[in-house]
Amino acid sequence: MAEKLIHLIITRQDSPDSTPYKEEFKIPYRPGMNVIGALMEIQRNPINAQGQKTSPVNWESNCLEEVCGACSMVINGKPRQACSALIDKLEQPIRLEPMSTFPVQRDLSIDRSRMFDALKRVKAWIPIDGTHDLGPGPRMPEVERQWAYELSKCMTCGVCLEACPNVNAKSEFIGPFAISQVRLFNQHPTGQMNKHERLEALMGDGGIGDCGNSQNCVQACPKGIPLTTSIAHMNKETTKHAVKKFFFS
Amino acid sequence: MAKGHSFLSHKLHSLLGLFPIGLFLLFHLTANYQATRGAEAFNQTVGLIENVPLLLVVEFVFIYIPILFHAVYGLYIAFQAKHNVGNFGYFRNHMFLWQRVTGIITLIFIVWHVWETRIQKALGASVDFDMMANIFSSPAMIVFYTIGIISTVFHFSNGLWSFLVHWGITVGPRSQRVATYLTMVVFVVVTFIGLRAMSAFIL
Repeated sequence: MAEKLIHLIITRQDSPDSTPYKEEFKIPYRPGMNVIGALMEIQRNPINAQGQKTSPVNWESNCLEEVCGACSMVINGKPRQACSALIDKLEQPIRLEPMSTFPVQRDLSIDRSRMFDALKRVKAWIPIDGTHDLGPGPRMPEVERQWAYELSKCMTCGVCLEACPNVNAKSEFIGPFAISQVRLFNQHPTGQMNKHERLEALMGDGGIGDCGNSQNCVQACPKGIPLTTSIAHMNKETTKHAVKKFFFS
Repeated sequence: MAKGHSFLSHKLHSLLGLFPIGLFLLFHLTANYQATRGAEAFNQTVGLIENVPLLLVVEFVFIYIPILFHAVYGLYIAFQAKHNVGNFGYFRNHMFLWQRVTGIITLIFIVWHVWETRIQKALGASVDFDMMANIFSSPAMIVFYTIGIISTVFHFSNGLWSFLVHWGITVGPRSQRVATYLTMVVFVVVTFIGLRAMSAFIL
């Protein structure tokens, strides 16, 4: 019996400024294989579909269980994690592309720093450092902890930014994930103490105002985070904050 | 666009779309609907509007300036998006695209419509049943106005849905879904009013 092959079409780019090109690969199939496994096979034996020796395809990955977000790429047109993309469930030829909303570094690996900059901008953390022991913080009600936990599943993978039509080279939009993170940290009993700082960051240029309600983010999020609910909720909170600030202080 | 004002500009854009522009649209189409009761009734309604005190000020404050801001900022928003309904063919993403497409169609329609009616009035023509009947004597204009009315009402109805989200009124998925159905009903009803009124001028 002839060996079963996997057909891959990969969008490659040699350096951050060079022109992308497509290269095809045909690699042997193994049961239970995922896209990372296929890329590892190319790394082991970097021969393209024409039988020529080529450079191995560059990609990023880490946890291999869809919790770190590092291996996000566009697979058959949809941004998702390569580790949880099983070959058996993909239509062939499998098209792999980098998430080009981000600066491409090489092949499938991208620079997601804009997401970390966005988290810094909206202060997506809880400041607890002090010069002395402040004691335990207020308790969080269990019912709230349950939904807040869902928001905390965000792994900064970048899929929502890739899916969003308003995140692109012409816009400064920080993206859906950062808005949802503000909701998470503003809900936390200790985080609440600095909520105005995060609200004001959301009200800056490229903030929540840039959301155009295409709602692709909530469809694309691999962790099922209710991003559009977070956005609408933060729309309400930022509006209330703006009105309060204008009239009362 | 001015630095640091994007939140305010977006909020103003969303607000103006409903108050006063959306309300003006409803008022305008209902006033037109008087034509279904005959030329006399329509001309009477026009006369009533023309007798509003300080009409020119009212027109500028409640119609021209809001529409101008909404249009200019809307074009900026529309051309900023990178449309991707090919890869993300979800209902809301299609609505996102259509909101921008109808915005541009509506702008072209309004510019033409204002030229043909309000500016002609300023140049000395009189706005009445005969003027509209004359416009609709051309089949091309009937097609153009039909597209224009449907596009405008779609932009208004779907914009109403977005307004509810932008102001944090419909937050969860259930309320947003119900709002989708309600704004669809608004679209059908208001489109009917608009097109029925237009048909009254076609002799």
